[in-house]
Amino acid sequence: MSEHPTRPEGAGQRLGKVRPAPEGFLSQDDIAAVKAGRRDFLRGSFSAAVAAMGAGAAGFSGLARAAEEGDSAILTLPPWSTSLGQGVAARPYGLPSQYEKGLIRRESPGLTRVSGSSVAFTPLQGLFGIITPSGLHFERHHQGWQDIDPSRHRLMINGSDPSMVKRPKVYTMDDILRMPPVSRIHFIECGANTGMEWGNVAVPTVQYSHGMLSCSEFTGVPLRWILEDCGADLKKGKYILAEGADGSSMTRTIPMELVLSDEVLVAYGQNGEMLRPENGYPLRLVVPGVQGVSWVKWLRRIEVGDQPYASKDEAVHYIDLMPNGQHRQYTSTQEAKSVITSPSGGQMLLDKGFYNVTGLAWSGRGKVKKVDVSFDGGINWKEARLEGPVHSKALSRFNIGWVWDGKPAILQSRVTDETGYVQPSYGQLRAVRGTKSIYHNNAIQSWKVAESGEVSNVQVL
Amino acid sequence: MSRFSKLACVALIGALGATSALAAGKGAAPAANPAFEGLGRAATPAEIRAWDIDVRPDFKGLPKGQGSVEQGQDVWEAKCATCHGTFGESNEVFTPIVGGTTADDIKTGHVKNLQPGSSFPQRTTLMKVATLSTLWDYINRAMPWTAPKSLKTDEVYAVLAYILNLGEIVPADFVLSDANIAEVQKRMPNRNGMTTDHGLWPGKGIGTGKPDVKAVACMSNCKTEVKIGSTLPDYAETAHGNLAEQNRTIGATRGKDINAAKGQPAAAAEKPSANAQAHQLAQASGCTACHGLTNKVVGPGFNEVAAKYKGKGDAEGKLVAKVKQGGAGVWGQIPMPPQSLKDEEIKSLVQWILSGAPAK
Repeated sequence: MSEHPTRPEGAGQRLGKVRPAPEGFLSQDDIAAVKAGRRDFLRGSFSAAVAAMGAGAAGFSGLARAAEEGDSAILTLPPWSTSLGQGVAARPYGLPSQYEKGLIRRESPGLTRVSGSSVAFTPLQGLFGIITPSGLHFERHHQGWQDIDPSRHRLMINGSDPSMVKRPKVYTMDDILRMPPVSRIHFIECGANTGMEWGNVAVPTVQYSHGMLSCSEFTGVPLRWILEDCGADLKKGKYILAEGADGSSMTRTIPMELVLSDEVLVAYGQNGEMLRPENGYPLRLVVPGVQGVSWVKWLRRIEVGDQPYASKDEAVHYIDLMPNGQHRQYTSTQEAKSVITSPSGGQMLLDKGFYNVTGLAWSGRGKVKKVDVSFDGGINWKEARLEGPVHSKALSRFNIGWVWDGKPAILQSRVTDETGYVQPSYGQLRAVRGTKSIYHNNAIQSWKVAESGEVSNVQVL
Repeated sequence: MSRFSKLACVALIGALGATSALAAGKGAAPAANPAFEGLGRAATPAEIRAWDIDVRPDFKGLPKGQGSVEQGQDVWEAKCATCHGTFGESNEVFTPIVGGTTADDIKTGHVKNLQPGSSFPQRTTLMKVATLSTLWDYINRAMPWTAPKSLKTDEVYAVLAYILNLGEIVPADFVLSDANIAEVQKRMPNRNGMTTDHGLWPGKGIGTGKPDVKAVACMSNCKTEVKIGSTLPDYAETAHGNLAEQNRTIGATRGKDINAAKGQPAAAAEKPSANAQAHQLAQASGCTACHGLTNKVVGPGFNEVAAKYKGKGDAEGKLVAKVKQGGAGVWGQIPMPPQSLKDEEIKSLVQWILSGAPAK
């Protein structure tokens, strides 16, 4: 059975991709076989598939013949082709296929000790395009998440003193949903995304290295329109304070310039439905280009003021330690960054040959202009294809074809944004900021491909 | 003009106003007032007092009040020490609040342990924070962890006085108040430790507006050698679960089977065990926010509960009632709220806890 003398070159490889259950595992034997030579490995795995089927359906005499004649996935009709399927609304709120259950939000062990003040990372390694499914949007809470009764939620606008806002007001969700909305696609990235990697490689996959990153279509009302409705002094008020309604009642300072650009939204919609509770239901602030902590969830109040507020998350956390011992305060902008999401750390390439190298690029200062990809650790670069349309302060998807010759390689991506800013290497970033900053790590990510096909996380200086 | 057509006309103008504003995009507001006519209402003074609780670095917003170090110690031991340790030094649940600052730091306003050459292992809150208002504001709005906003104004002053005393910023007989807080600010160990000399603020008020790191998009022969600075340590690869189970099972790649790499047989997808199900239920029901499997968090660890009740008559019944009705006093003053779970769920949780709360 392991010999297929009549099959032309290549046919075995296609058949070989039909892997035996359980899917997704390379056994030790498989890994050894990969190392010994790919074609044999794949042929062996095909034989194993047939053997497994034989064991599972003993007595079915057609099997051996089927294996000789072609793919049993074709020659033996599967149950879904020979039975009645499920009715409509069997699942009134749809769910992913049972075969996609590995792609879920996950915590990084040891990162935090309390789940109410922790992070769950988005599985970037398996996502397509630029929109993050709402159920996979990363989570970061400061005192747990709440599911707020929208009929009892209020938004208050007031000033740090009465001269800042002429008519302090309270709005219900009814009021806010009656206002004219806009819908825009933006990325949100935690300021600490990739923070574990400032000093050295610390995590195995792109989910943990870059997964505090999501992108959604948000629907809401530009904050400026609401401030104008309250008679806010948009010149004297150089800053706003946004405050949440949860236990932490998190607060962050935001510059009035962003509000005046009409980019800052009081948002209730995410990807066509209401925000998920973990993402701030029923109301959150959207502050494009700025680290996620400023996108205050469960938004209950906006104060207009003339000074920054030095809240806990801008005076104890979210401050960046520089090599000279000073902390940078009020670092908000997420600078241009990119990452290859596949192939990426913790994955195995199954064979030599063609691969589509794909990833994400974004900039807190505007649109992505171009993404270059290197396969040799940054000696030479090629421009990747950007999938349009490219939105400002949103994720952009890039793709580039690559034929792997089975030799070691180091894959990198490097974004340039519309301001001309170029994503730096680890060496360039550390030369200025050292290794203890925690926040705002936007260095070029490197994935090393070994001869075995194994992809691992490395840092190229 | 009939009343109807007048209304229709107003509606049309309103619609046009909104449309043109949207079409114009940035910079265009919907026809200013009365565009939002009838939306929202005036906030009452009492409402503003209830929610406008922020305190700025210049202490604007700080309510009148006072609290002594001694009063603060009482509040601390009852409500704060379980998470933060008796002396604010605990690293069990959160990073330490106190430690790493010196009398010299109080003089200079720069914490020496942040500077090059320091071997101090961690950054405590007092090593970092420059503004005293930050601590008052945060304790007042968000502490204690499980009962935020429950402290009275004077208790907030007292707790803060106790923390400052632990950091040797104020003496043991000190009474912190709205009248003297600005003086204490002048003694904050890292008060001069912040800089806004950076380009990461998206406005004019702060910083330089210019990026600090400049790279060039070189395309070919950009360097002569590839220097690898760091690779993934073995423990980090295996600490994140089986990567094979975190990737799609079709496509160009598969996740690496960590078990195979460790010399164990590949784990087939199995139905979770009864223990794993109970663990999941405990996580989903929020139990593990306060109880660790093998460690105290806010409440006792499940292992401690098991040790205390094991072999005692009707331990199961007692604990089931405790979970249902809530309780306090056995393990400390922080109460456990009543839990609204189904009876059989509570029973399975309690049985699991008494069996030692195994994760799997």
